[in-house]
Amino acid sequence: MKAKVRFSDINVRIGTIDILESVNLSVNEGEFVCIVGPSGCGKTTLLNIAGGFLQQTSGEATIDGVPVDGPDRRRVFVFQERGVFPWLTVEGNISFGLFDRSEEERRKRIDYYVQLVGLRGFENAYPRELSGGMKQRVEVARALAVNPDVLFLDEPFGALDSITRLQMRGELLRIWQTERKTVLFVTHDIEESIQLADRVVVLSARPARILTEVAIDIPHPRDLSSRRYLELRDKIFSEIGLAHRV
Amino acid sequence: MRASAFESRWLRIMLPLVTAAVACGFWAFAVKYTGTKIFPSPAAVMRAVVKLGEGKLLWHYIFDSLTRVFAGYLLGIVVGVPLGFFLGWSQSAASAINPLIQMLRPISPLAWMPLAVIWFGVSNAAPIFLIFMAAIFPIAVAAMNGVRNVPVIYLQVGRNFGLSPFRLMTRIVAPAVLPRLVIGLRIAFGISWVVLVASEMIAVDSGLGYLIIDARNAGKRYDLVVAGMLIIGILGLILDTGIRRVEQFVGKSMNHG
Repeated sequence: MKAKVRFSDINVRIGTIDILESVNLSVNEGEFVCIVGPSGCGKTTLLNIAGGFLQQTSGEATIDGVPVDGPDRRRVFVFQERGVFPWLTVEGNISFGLFDRSEEERRKRIDYYVQLVGLRGFENAYPRELSGGMKQRVEVARALAVNPDVLFLDEPFGALDSITRLQMRGELLRIWQTERKTVLFVTHDIEESIQLADRVVVLSARPARILTEVAIDIPHPRDLSSRRYLELRDKIFSEIGLAHRV
Repeated sequence: MRASAFESRWLRIMLPLVTAAVACGFWAFAVKYTGTKIFPSPAAVMRAVVKLGEGKLLWHYIFDSLTRVFAGYLLGIVVGVPLGFFLGWSQSAASAINPLIQMLRPISPLAWMPLAVIWFGVSNAAPIFLIFMAAIFPIAVAAMNGVRNVPVIYLQVGRNFGLSPFRLMTRIVAPAVLPRLVIGLRIAFGISWVVLVASEMIAVDSGLGYLIIDARNAGKRYDLVVAGMLIIGILGLILDTGIRRVEQFVGKSMNHG
């Protein structure tokens, strides 16, 4: 397996606060990796370094063996649906990153990704006319339309209600299986990470270190009440020191 | 449903008319009761308006006033919008220039009048300059605050997709700022209209402000004074309604909120 994204001994210190402490992580091409950890621990910081939006204090982040220097259209962020532009239609949003493509190419890509994310019939709708889940689909489609090789998702479903969130996870997996992008997915929801990822990376509270990496060896579609699912879930819960009861 | 929609529309037209009728009645009664020789009755003002409307002078004055207000206001937009974008975009430019703007802003544009008359003499340029001074600050400040309040996440999306600084401005910052900017533009126009009338009382010899001051100076024609005030008010209302329409259109087509 080829390493797509690699963090080598990453340290981040902002002012006098240590955010990340010697993080070493390698993500393979086409792999779906979830990064979980307590709120505010530095998960997003790690994504921002890989995305080129933040410079680490020491250590090296590489993609395809090349050090990251600045944002790049080949690696696209998906935010909570807040990143959708309210003044553009669904089509306008999806084609936002395609400004230097030919009209024909744009039409083709819009058409394909509108279909892929299930927004057929809403091409000319504005974001305010869409539900939270639909806006999230627009963001995913906009990211995929530029054909990136890495997707960074930063708690993308955090603002959705729990039913929509479950549906969106299924959708994301379906899309990932079609497109086979390398995915780094940040969440504080451990169940979510086990449902989605090939591998779950557990970070500690700040300064964040990698506590453990857990390979999720359950084939898709995953049975959320299978013994293996519950085993892995309890393993991660105990790893971060949470007794698993309410 | 239909009946109540009709009713509310009917009320929206009728209620202001009722208020106007009551105000005119009170006005007529007050003039008669006090026996004032200075303040004209509504009937006298209406006669004055009709008389002004029949002559060419009023239309000539309205044209002059509108030309001045739009010239000064457009100049304010042309300078104020880029200035505001620049200050909103560059933190260090804002630190350097914003205190100066905040110091100049509370000075009434009319305080520039003596200097404007010396610089420009009795010409269109003097009121245009004063209107420009009235318009530029609210416009620049609205643009600056608008740019500062563009959500960081939008800019991050733009950088992620590799937009050039120019494209970032035209494709993200400008549409994100527009709804807020349009509000600043409307406020600036209201101030411009007020400053126009005051500046025409001193710096020129035509226009609606001049009409008022001339009617008093040339024979204490207070019926013409009040008629001039009425015309200024009605024109201001029409222009403000027009700008509100633009504002609503922009708000709608930008789909904010």
